[in-house]
Amino acid sequence: MSTSLYTKRRVKNIVAMTLSMLATAIGLLFLAWILWETLSQGISGLKPQLFTKITAYREEGGLANAMVGSLILNVLGILIATPIGVAAGTWLAEYSLRSKLGPTIRFLNDILLSAPSIVLGLFVYTIVVLPSKYITDGEVTFSGLAGGIALALIALPVIVRTTDEMLRLVPGTLREAALSLGVPQWKLTMQILVRSARSGIVTGILLALARISGETAPLLFTAFGNNFMTFNPLDKMPSLPQVIYEYTKDPSPDINVLAWAGAFVLTMFVLALSLIARFAFRSKVSHD
Amino acid sequence: MHATVSNDVPSAERTAEAGRNAKDTRDDRIFGWVLKACALLVLLALVGAAGSTLWLGWDAFHTFGFGFLTSATWDPSNDQYGALVPIMGTIGTAFIALLFAVPVSFGIALFLTEIAPQWLRGPVSSAIELLAGIPSIIYGMWGLFIFAPFVAEHVKPWLMNNFSADPPDGKVSWLVQHVPWIAKFFSSEYPFFGAGVFTAGLVLAVMIIPFISSVMREVFQTVPTRLKESAYALGSSTWEVVWDIVVPYTRTAVIGGIFLGLGRALGETMAVAFVLGNTFKFSWSFLETGSSIASTIANQFGEAQGLQRSALMAIAFLLFVVTFIVLLIARLMLRRLKTKEGK
Repeated sequence: MSTSLYTKRRVKNIVAMTLSMLATAIGLLFLAWILWETLSQGISGLKPQLFTKITAYREEGGLANAMVGSLILNVLGILIATPIGVAAGTWLAEYSLRSKLGPTIRFLNDILLSAPSIVLGLFVYTIVVLPSKYITDGEVTFSGLAGGIALALIALPVIVRTTDEMLRLVPGTLREAALSLGVPQWKLTMQILVRSARSGIVTGILLALARISGETAPLLFTAFGNNFMTFNPLDKMPSLPQVIYEYTKDPSPDINVLAWAGAFVLTMFVLALSLIARFAFRSKVSHD
Repeated sequence: MHATVSNDVPSAERTAEAGRNAKDTRDDRIFGWVLKACALLVLLALVGAAGSTLWLGWDAFHTFGFGFLTSATWDPSNDQYGALVPIMGTIGTAFIALLFAVPVSFGIALFLTEIAPQWLRGPVSSAIELLAGIPSIIYGMWGLFIFAPFVAEHVKPWLMNNFSADPPDGKVSWLVQHVPWIAKFFSSEYPFFGAGVFTAGLVLAVMIIPFISSVMREVFQTVPTRLKESAYALGSSTWEVVWDIVVPYTRTAVIGGIFLGLGRALGETMAVAFVLGNTFKFSWSFLETGSSIASTIANQFGEAQGLQRSALMAIAFLLFVVTFIVLLIARLMLRRLKTKEGK
């Protein structure tokens, strides 16, 4: 009797362990499958003209304008989000200790982190694209600037969160030492705290960059896309994810090949960024 | 000692110091205000996203009233809009995604915390997290070009042979003959077409697995070793320790992690935009094509005018409110674990 109970428990355990390993294998299998397809399909589309010609040439063209556009949009997004995000994170970590507002904002920031990006895109459409259309009499509608603001909204919560977390890791003795010397709090924050948490904050910015460089949905109705090379942030601006989106929908297989090549470049860029960010972060923690 | 020293300081220097103190106080106050204003922008972004979509979507809510939620007509040529199909598509894909992602994520978390040898845990969890780093547009492409044809060739015929009333092989299965409602969920007009709610749900499942499994892994690690060791010492098997000690201890946070994944799945655009089919015909079937709120917006907003634009804004508002509530629940459940951890 007891032997059969023992056997039953053992069998149950073995089944559960096997299923668990199977689940892990499934997860890894899908990762390998997606990466493999991106790699193999993407490499076949890699040609020098991908980086030198613009999308206006369609099949004979490349993605140069989209890559330049993506670069400009990402830089705009990070330039807007970094000062605001670092300031907000600093306020959460250093100034909001006795207020109820602090925990609330920290909590809402976590929600903003996973809010649907397409709705954030529509928000920027409403507050930037529509007014600029109205003010300039239709001359400026969709623009790189609007795209940059949309990306900044997505980068913002990532930067706020890492700044907040990194500053809270700075030992309190550092603050006390500075304050006892009569350093005003703003100087303490800017010159001591932010500086000592710098590598962590940079990690956050890199992670935010990795996140926004893959975003498509918020750019559709803000930067809109453009088949020509443009450096003007008030112009409609193309981006790599948005061109991949258009080229994937395209019925022509030659265009689909270009989409795969773009996907390959994008994936490598994003994964490299997040690996660098993670590696930098890990080495920082182990030093402390 | 300090006091005596400062008494000897000439008065000109003392006024200078007082001035500097006043300046520092003022600067500190301005600095604090600027930082606070930046923090309030986070609040503003959330309120603004809800407010702007409600404002521009008001026209559609006002025109169609409550019928906007229950009508299955989405017809731009006649300017008639009802959100039922996108809403059902969003819920359907998210449901399928959770159905597959939750058990797999649980298995992965279990493997990484209890089964795998120490040297394997780091690399495997990094690899799973790599899945979260892949841009969603790549999932969409992979879904359209690779996974949907795979489903059409291998998965869908099997499902239809076993569960639908109109199977490709012509033999109605025993299950369908005896369970009356089951065929309703597995019918399909185009048996050899891979796109549909089911396929989109599976792509979403792969996307949210890293989110759910990393939360589960983290919360499983918060279980005190003492508790687990005690159970092992009493002769429990690994599975018994997990099911009777780890899971009850972390239940709230595990559900929080699942809700976090649900929030992601509801709002995802690019991964489902290609594989959903973008049709607006109401169907109970998971194998039929459909559309989700996010994919409808992505496909139609560019050319939308007037009432159509308003209807799209209105469904964006619905999506935002629902994901907000789901994420709110998720964060509340995850926060409770943190406070427990502190004690």
